[in-house]
Amino acid sequence: MQHKVIDVQDVVIRFTGDSGDGMQLTGSLFADASAYFGNDISTFPDYPSEIRAPQGTVAGVSGFQVHIGSGAIYTPGDYCDVLVAMNPAALKSNVKWLKPNATIIVDIDTFDQKGLQKAGFQTEDAFAELKIKNRNIIAAPISTLTKECLNNCGMDPKSGLRCKNMFALGICFFLYNMPLKHTEEFFKKHFAKSPGLMDMNNRVLKDGYNYAGNIQAIADTYIVKPSKQKPGLYRNINGNRAIAWGLMAASEKSGRPLFCGSYPITPATAILEELAIHKELGVKTLQCEDEIAGICTAIGASYAGSLAVTTTSGPGLSLKSEALGLAVMAELPLVVVDVQRAGPSTGIPTKTEQTDLNQALYGRNGECPVAVIAPHSPSHCFEAAFYAAKYAMEHMMPVIVLSEGFLGNGSEPWRIPDMKDYPEIKPPVIDTLPADEPYFYPFKRDPDTMVPRWALPGTPHLEHRVGGLEKNHKGAVSSDPLVHQQMVEERAQKVALLAQVIPQQKIIGEQEGDILIVSWGGTYGHMLSAESQLRAEGIQVGLAHFDYINPLPSNTEDVFRRFKKIMVFELNSGHFVNYLRAKMPQFSYLQYNKIQGQPFIVTEITEAINKIVK
Amino acid sequence: MKFTPQDFKSDQEVKWCPGCGDHAVLAAVQRALPEISEALGYSHERYVFVSGIGCSSRFPYYMKTYGFHGIHGRAAAIATGIKVANPTLSVWEMTGDGDSLAIGGNHLIHAIRRNIDINIVLFNNRIYGLTKGQYSPTSKWGTVTKTSPLGTVEHPFSPGALAMGARGTFFARTLDMELQLTQEIMVQAAKHDGTALVEVLQNCVIFNDKTHAVISDKEVRADRTITLRHGEPMIFGKNKDKGLVLDGMRLKAVTIGENGITTDDILVHNAEEQNHGMHMMLCEMEWPELPVALGIIRKVKDRTYDDMVRDQVIEVANKSNIRCMNDMLRSGATWVVE
Repeated sequence: MQHKVIDVQDVVIRFTGDSGDGMQLTGSLFADASAYFGNDISTFPDYPSEIRAPQGTVAGVSGFQVHIGSGAIYTPGDYCDVLVAMNPAALKSNVKWLKPNATIIVDIDTFDQKGLQKAGFQTEDAFAELKIKNRNIIAAPISTLTKECLNNCGMDPKSGLRCKNMFALGICFFLYNMPLKHTEEFFKKHFAKSPGLMDMNNRVLKDGYNYAGNIQAIADTYIVKPSKQKPGLYRNINGNRAIAWGLMAASEKSGRPLFCGSYPITPATAILEELAIHKELGVKTLQCEDEIAGICTAIGASYAGSLAVTTTSGPGLSLKSEALGLAVMAELPLVVVDVQRAGPSTGIPTKTEQTDLNQALYGRNGECPVAVIAPHSPSHCFEAAFYAAKYAMEHMMPVIVLSEGFLGNGSEPWRIPDMKDYPEIKPPVIDTLPADEPYFYPFKRDPDTMVPRWALPGTPHLEHRVGGLEKNHKGAVSSDPLVHQQMVEERAQKVALLAQVIPQQKIIGEQEGDILIVSWGGTYGHMLSAESQLRAEGIQVGLAHFDYINPLPSNTEDVFRRFKKIMVFELNSGHFVNYLRAKMPQFSYLQYNKIQGQPFIVTEITEAINKIVK
Repeated sequence: MKFTPQDFKSDQEVKWCPGCGDHAVLAAVQRALPEISEALGYSHERYVFVSGIGCSSRFPYYMKTYGFHGIHGRAAAIATGIKVANPTLSVWEMTGDGDSLAIGGNHLIHAIRRNIDINIVLFNNRIYGLTKGQYSPTSKWGTVTKTSPLGTVEHPFSPGALAMGARGTFFARTLDMELQLTQEIMVQAAKHDGTALVEVLQNCVIFNDKTHAVISDKEVRADRTITLRHGEPMIFGKNKDKGLVLDGMRLKAVTIGENGITTDDILVHNAEEQNHGMHMMLCEMEWPELPVALGIIRKVKDRTYDDMVRDQVIEVANKSNIRCMNDMLRSGATWVVE
């Protein structure tokens, strides 16, 4: 059969199945193969928090969305061009993400009475029930064919059925004319110790690929040509790994050893895991007895001279609040990484949200300002972590990195940087007692930056005491009313003065005009796509996406003044917009909020803007 | 290096109540440090005193050493971070029964379980002093306080038993007024590799006065306590005529010379026995049935957490080809865009 190969700009593929079906791996392999092929990519895992929810039910459906393109790709895509559904439940729960002309690939073997019942279908025709009867459906007997494939080569068909995700992957590779080479290489490495498994996976992948080439349902295939990327060495990176590496990079640049005290919590655990495997660069990790010990061991390590880090998600940040106040009071460098998830309380652990901003800004007793930085993409997590560590150490204060589950688990190709292009980090470590001090004064400050010095235990003649009680500049406990006010103000100034160091706020698109759209953190890709789409529609907008939340870039007021209307988009009930209202009440702000544990959809952003234009 | 206790006294006015047992512990520690420095070759700047919240947690302010006055209950975690970050430091945690057995109980047992090489001095006065007289996790059953007007209805913690349960490698007990014994124990705690837990039975003169008096009063102390020394028979009493023997599964106090008991029948203390069964029984001895044990009850060898963390880092670094961040960034799967 002759296939026509059609060029497409970009394509979104959503792999869905039971949480035991290996959809995360299948999606990752497709994404990696595309990246190696030269496409730009963005990925979004969407999975339940139960490791194995009841098989075949809607609750147990796990998904992984991949967006690949021959141009720049900013988001994992809103709706999909191809849906792979390994069972009826997966089809049912993902039908809402289909584009009107989407292709659906299903394992038709699972659409038996039992499967349909488990997914809650009333009739025997799932497609009619979901009103997707006349679509391009590839109903492949994936289970049967996988079993047959393995039977032919003398493998145990029952255990081999777990390879059926590779059959589906093979179909997708054929559909998009992608080489199998990268995936075969992966098998070779991954199953190095069990050649039998390597062989099984290879066979099933190829059978899926060949099957797709032989069926009528696939009349045409597509190709997403490699994108024009800046030359260089690339790798895929997800946000959690990028945070870990950014911290390690800051450790190297500063010469301060990296210490991470943490407690496992979804979706931040992978940062601790990543740091734990990199002892070769001197990283020390401590899996603590609880979240509080996580931050307290980090504070101890900071006092002793380490670049100290604790990683967590919202509930953990709540538990760390008191100790974070201690770090503010003791004026010690500390990086607190919060990979946000849907709250409050335990909330929806595996879903993304931006609902910890208020907590990061205000969630402590007393006058307790903390610097807050928010990464905007998986690879940008490297920069955010690096600069958070730099500012924490150079300014002797805690810095919160507000990442998001969407960034932590999402991945994109990253042009590998050279460390020589990153700035030095020079913490104010002091090693001799100044002549004008009879003993070391721990809170004597640099008058320009309000930054005190870092005196490490073990250094002769710098013995001093720090702690949670208010103290004067000499480090003596003081409840003098004026000393307290002065110290409160100086600690606040120290944070505010960071604005002199952080980059100016940029505007993407129109530099002045009617509408400025404002956002922060992980919504960047969606905002960028919306901005270019709006401009394509002839609507003149600018986008100010904030990486630096506290302090705000020093030109923020100037940015806002250039526009008639400001609309703030965020995945919470309005934390950032209310912060802006408090900081800059001279402007009026419109807001668009979503609290569904899901990222924005580009069209909802453009529609919201269209409404205020009309 | 030669130091005197004066070298460890800060210029801060000591603000504990007159008659508080804490003064004696401070004096004993300040006397112990010169001895430790000489024995272990520690310089002055190597000492770090860490505390939580409570009366005894003011301790670091009175020491002319590095000090960290933390938050309630978290001293063990802060001390752990300091020690892991820089294992060459001599790290001391000063804490109370509320600080380390109530709000900080979790950190205490995990520090002991990890056998991190820090010294924990637990001031046990069986009361909350700084908040002015509420019962603590070590208050005896029935203790009447402001928050237990009809007497407490909960069992007290036994710090020693807790340490044994967490597989502690060093546990000692002393009385605040036994300055010489306290000093001796501090030196031994410092020399021990691993978590050394030292319980000081300490008097709160304001809110729980004479809580330990039944065993600590001068006239009765020799008969109601036993100071254990490794390798020596468990003999006590004003006239050194009482001793401990094993009676079935229990310890029993006997008088030498009565019922045919001779010195040879008396148990010999072995603080270095790995099995903590006997140590647990010694920790749990209570007057009037038995004398309260003082001295070093348990001191056994084991690997320390901080050493092993450091060794893993060295081991991996020696094997790895990754020497710097640039190596690291380029490791694993990468591809070139021309």
